[in-house]
Amino acid sequence: MILYELLSYDVLRVIWWLLLGVLLIGFALTDGFDMGVGALLPFVGKTDVERRLTINTVGPVWEGNQVWFILGGGAIFAAWPPLYAVSFSGFYLAMFTVLAALILRPVAFKYRSKREDPRWRSSWDWALFVGGAVPALIFGVAVGNVLQGVPFELTPELFSRYEGSFYGKFFGLLNPFALLTGIVSLAMLVTHGAAWLSLKTEGPVADRARRYGTVTGVVTIAGYLLAGLWLAVGIKGYAIVGDVVTDGPSNPLYSEVARTGSWLAAYAARPWIAIAPLLGLLGMVLAVLGLRSGKELSTLLWSKLGIFGAISSVGLTMFPFILPSSISPTSSLTVWDSSSSHLTLFIMLVVTAIFMPLILLYTAWVYKVLWGKVTEEDITGSGHSY
Amino acid sequence: MELDIVELSRLQFAMTAMYHFLFVPLTLGLSILVAIMETVYVMTGRPIWRQMTKFWGTLFGINFALGVATGITMEFQFGMNWSYYSHYVGDIFGAPLAIEGLMAFFLEATFVGLFFFGWDKLSKVGHLIVAWLVAIGSNFSALWILIANGWMQNPVGARFNPDTMRMEMTSFFDVLFNEVAQAKFVHTVSAGYVTASVFVLGVSAWYLLKGRHTALARRSIAVAASFGLAAALSVVVLGDESGYSASHTQKMKLAAIEGMWETHDAPAPFTLVGIPDVEARETHYAVEVPWVMGLIGTRSLTQEIPGINDLVIEAEERIESGIKAYDALMTIREERDATPADVRETFEAHSENLGFALLLMRYMDDPRDATPEQIATTAEDTIPGVLPLFWAFRVMVGLGFGFIAVMAYFFWCSSFRQQNYPRWALRIAVLIIPAPWIAAELGWFVAEYGRQPWTVDGVLPTALSVSHLSVQDLLLTLAGFMIFYTVLFVVEMGLMLKYIRRGPTEDVEETESWEARHEHRLRTHDGQIPATPAE
Repeated sequence: MILYELLSYDVLRVIWWLLLGVLLIGFALTDGFDMGVGALLPFVGKTDVERRLTINTVGPVWEGNQVWFILGGGAIFAAWPPLYAVSFSGFYLAMFTVLAALILRPVAFKYRSKREDPRWRSSWDWALFVGGAVPALIFGVAVGNVLQGVPFELTPELFSRYEGSFYGKFFGLLNPFALLTGIVSLAMLVTHGAAWLSLKTEGPVADRARRYGTVTGVVTIAGYLLAGLWLAVGIKGYAIVGDVVTDGPSNPLYSEVARTGSWLAAYAARPWIAIAPLLGLLGMVLAVLGLRSGKELSTLLWSKLGIFGAISSVGLTMFPFILPSSISPTSSLTVWDSSSSHLTLFIMLVVTAIFMPLILLYTAWVYKVLWGKVTEEDITGSGHSY
Repeated sequence: MELDIVELSRLQFAMTAMYHFLFVPLTLGLSILVAIMETVYVMTGRPIWRQMTKFWGTLFGINFALGVATGITMEFQFGMNWSYYSHYVGDIFGAPLAIEGLMAFFLEATFVGLFFFGWDKLSKVGHLIVAWLVAIGSNFSALWILIANGWMQNPVGARFNPDTMRMEMTSFFDVLFNEVAQAKFVHTVSAGYVTASVFVLGVSAWYLLKGRHTALARRSIAVAASFGLAAALSVVVLGDESGYSASHTQKMKLAAIEGMWETHDAPAPFTLVGIPDVEARETHYAVEVPWVMGLIGTRSLTQEIPGINDLVIEAEERIESGIKAYDALMTIREERDATPADVRETFEAHSENLGFALLLMRYMDDPRDATPEQIATTAEDTIPGVLPLFWAFRVMVGLGFGFIAVMAYFFWCSSFRQQNYPRWALRIAVLIIPAPWIAAELGWFVAEYGRQPWTVDGVLPTALSVSHLSVQDLLLTLAGFMIFYTVLFVVEMGLMLKYIRRGPTEDVEETESWEARHEHRLRTHDGQIPATPAE
């Protein structure tokens, strides 16, 4: 296997770090508007027909979009097992909340319109709201906590141990900085959902979506800037002490880590990464302007650019750290010491190289088939709708 | 029983996994049945087959939603509740899960929306292709999940790495073509096909009993009975294949299922019924069929199948060997590159038994401190619960043969008796609707409970696999899942029954006028329209 020899362990690690980003961004770009639409549902749809219109804009696609989330979980398991093991058990109750909200969503989509009863429908509408808003908020909260360091420690056998009491662990997550990042994430995805609705509907639903989207877009920009400022002055960064071994065994305890300086030191060391936050801001600003002026397709694309920039900026700022530890910096997980074995990374890359293009192709085809606005006739006529 | 973290985590996994598997088998089978019906529609152009596709498709959709929803929990639960497991075997176990997402779940989930929404947007053939892609996606999902599960039963193609303190993959090919996984895959998807066939058969039988939707019901029975007969045969044959592979990969599980305490001279008899007694190490009131066990397990008349008592003695030896591996491992971890060559050699010689030393960690922090008594007790721990396994297995097998009988009878009536079904048979078909679910859940119970005390057989003990959580954490999420899942179950059953009671609602006029025009075609060769039992 010449290819296996050519792709050295450290190169594969960087590729899988990039792919982790691709999956997270893929999830936010696709399922992000589903969550945004869910969170907007009670506000943009006043009548049952309006709500069904809103739901049916995402009706045929949310299921495929959600797979980005499932695949994200599987890919982290396969490529970054220590990250999978430490983060999901560490964020235990938060993860449970996300799962509960995301379980509600498929059921709500499928079952809402199966009965006429208004109380039945309005219950599922709120379920869709929770299924959209809660995960969007918690994902942001998680990012905020990761940037501050998570209270875990690895034993020599690599068991992970967490500090803090039962309630402390959960409510400790809801600190001011993490709440801010949570709000940014929620507002960003709601804006994305609004851009989607303005593309896929017309009339009152689209008008309301544009109004709400403009407000949440402004909140996103302000919150993102504030979080950046906070990161610059209020939160200590992490750095690997001594020589950085990039192709050693995946044991986080083999390298020493210290909390020094600022995360933003990364921008001095690698000035080119500033392009990520700049693109993010540019996308968000243009998305807000687009929503105001009623441009449809370009607004959605600008919103996608905003999300792409914002998520990449977090990853690039932290590189090579993936999950820093606040109580035992040496336990921190980095790109160089928390991946799968060379062989597993290689095999997974081959599989991804084959199937990811196929996925993108058929997903694009499905969107093409479903192209166009969802109108009242669509949902009242055939019976093939939610 | 005192509920600690390990017990609670197991309870939660068992509950969420078994709940998930209430929906999976129907998805696996119904996706194919629906695709078959749509194929007939596209080939013949008869609207009744489109109506059938849409009707069973609606029921498929209600079931599918919960299958997807409860599957989300499964993907993340390993990290949440089984943190050390995830670290220890993620290098191997994570890969099939991720590939499942890439290759199967994406396909299934992307096209399922189009299946329901695309009737007016796609050509006939286009929509048919979509239906088959959904079915193929579902079934490929099962393949990868069972490759992952098969590795837990028979961990091939992997080696322990002292540097990273985990198992790492040495051969993807071995993991992929693990004989346990392959037998399990076909056994499990066949069980799904049986489940869907029994479901379609039962619901259709109910319509015939009520004299409603008889055209749809008759055709559905014809499809379900022929497909179901093939599937029911396949379940039993592949179940036998699993038994054969267990005789050399999971000897303890096999011995426990058989309640076989002593090694019997070859060929061993099969115990048909009996009451296994763990205290007395004996199976009371055993009714034995000579030779059969030896034939199933070894496919020979000369090979022995080891009994539980001998396997415990073997476990003791493996624990002692494992302690040597553990001792060497501690030196390797301390000295790292400076480790003397002979220590490395000792480790390599004993590393396949390292997991047996880890079993001791239930009782002590350092396995090297173990006394001979503790080693003996730990060896006893490797016996899973014999009584429940013995009976769960027998009920499952009994149901399996029952499905063959039912499907064969309906297949015969549909093919050679002009689709005349006696009312008693239709009633039985309605009554046995829950049976395949019971068989499937019992099957998983045998597979997973029978593997205890291991999460990965011979490699990682269950007691070590858990996360660092509190009892409160687990009780809260357990209660949450229970309440949440119960509500969802009630809602889904309510909708399922509502839509079954309502029957097909789409394309009714078109189908009926077609029926009226083509009634002569439905007549049998003696010129009669097949009688409905209600008449």
